[in-house]
Amino acid sequence: MILFDGVTKLYANQERPALDEVSLEIEKGEFVFLVGPSGSGKSTFLRLVLREERPTKGQVWVAGKELNRLSNWKIPALRRQIGTVFQDFRLLPNKTVAENVAFALEVIGKPASHIRKVVPEVLEVVGLEGKEERRPDELSGGEQQRVAIARAFVNRPILLIADEPTGNLDPGTSVGIMKLLDRINQLGTTVVMSTHDQAIVDQMRRRVIELEGGHVVRDQSRGVYGYAR
Amino acid sequence: MRANFVASEVSSGIRRNLTMTMAVVITVAVSLGLFGASMLVRAQVSTMKDFWYDKVEVSIFLCGKGSDTPSCAGGPVTKAQRDQIKADLESLKPLVDSVYYESQAEAFARFQEQFKNSPIVDNVKPTALPESFRVKLSDPTKYDVVASAFAGRPGIEQVNDQRKILDKFFRLLGGLQLIALLIALSMLVVTVLLIVNTMRVAAFSRRRETSIMRLVGASNFYIQLPFLLEAAVAAGIGAILAVVGLVFVKIIVIDQVLAPSFQFTAFVGWDAVLAIAPLMILVGVGLAAIAAFFTLRKYLRV
Repeated sequence: MILFDGVTKLYANQERPALDEVSLEIEKGEFVFLVGPSGSGKSTFLRLVLREERPTKGQVWVAGKELNRLSNWKIPALRRQIGTVFQDFRLLPNKTVAENVAFALEVIGKPASHIRKVVPEVLEVVGLEGKEERRPDELSGGEQQRVAIARAFVNRPILLIADEPTGNLDPGTSVGIMKLLDRINQLGTTVVMSTHDQAIVDQMRRRVIELEGGHVVRDQSRGVYGYAR
Repeated sequence: MRANFVASEVSSGIRRNLTMTMAVVITVAVSLGLFGASMLVRAQVSTMKDFWYDKVEVSIFLCGKGSDTPSCAGGPVTKAQRDQIKADLESLKPLVDSVYYESQAEAFARFQEQFKNSPIVDNVKPTALPESFRVKLSDPTKYDVVASAFAGRPGIEQVNDQRKILDKFFRLLGGLQLIALLIALSMLVVTVLLIVNTMRVAAFSRRRETSIMRLVGASNFYIQLPFLLEAAVAAGIGAILAVVGLVFVKIIVIDQVLAPSFQFTAFVGWDAVLAIAPLMILVGVGLAAIAAFFTLRKYLRV
């Protein structure tokens, strides 16, 4: 699903690369935690997968495509296969829950009949049935993140990227979000999640990739957050 | 492509950015109005040229009793000289379209007719007016050929080209047109800059939407289309206003004010307005689309 082959990313005006000769592979259907301190390269990793950045050196393969050789006009097609969730939800405040989810389909030109059918379905998957007409500011943080996950998942992506999805949520709410991501993973979507949340990582017992200073310092299946933290 | 969705995005974008959109509409209307006006003056000049050049003649005044130019040193024109001049003029066909001889008596009659309300008529005797050949050229711009052949010849006092008088007037109109065109061009530059800024503000105020659109894989075209249409709609409204202004100028200023007061000349017809209006709309919408396109490439990249 994802293959990094000797990937180095050096941002302009910086001496130390954000990622340094990183090689790793993530298989289809995996659930992977990306951990490490701030500035360790987690966000850069995710941005490379989304082709928001290009590597300075090395190759990034996503869903069978080498992203360096992907022409600009094919990027949207790549991103339609990838769902994305962020710490700050990124919902549109002037649209309702249903409209926020529908927006993701409207802007890729899906027909209205299709949208009317799948939006209620995905809202049910994330547990928001009955809240379709609410606006984001009427929802709790956990509910807002569920809307964001619904939006990321509504197009049934093969890969879900979650950048600290529980970073703004209290532990109890986080557990619910993790259950939801786990369910999505069991529906066949590969999930890559960066996080600082030790309790969640320790509890889930999934593959853990730890980055530090742009290097992979640990890659462990059924891992925990860290040894001495 | 979902037309409803795009239409609602465009209308909400325009409403959100109403003051800037209005500024775009007004500057487009003013700059295109000036542009159209300068085109109209140009059409007017060409209409008047057609009208007048058809009527202008080269006048060859022959020596009379009082003539004191060197070529008239031999006294008034003789019959032999007059016949020779006529024969030479006829030999210049086809450049010379027609030759008409005006005797002193005819010149006096015409003079009396032209100045019949003026006391000057009573002080002028028939012999004071020179006899002349009125020469009509098939190509009025080739005046020099006639002038060089006849000016300074014995028996000829003066060769006059009426076109020269008209040309001064046309040059004045041409100058006015150029000034209007320059103002219009600078206004169009201002319009482009304003559209660029409007698009920037619009892109900024919708950065949430566009960032989400990029993430979920909306194509560049889909992301930029609402902005492009917004610019095109604003510019289109401005262009329509400018065309309405042009039509008003034609109806009120030209047909109702100028034409009745200056009946001796022709004015531009509706055909000119019909030719200019689409050009104005094309320039307006085209400029807006180009400005928006380049702005968006800069601010809304994948």
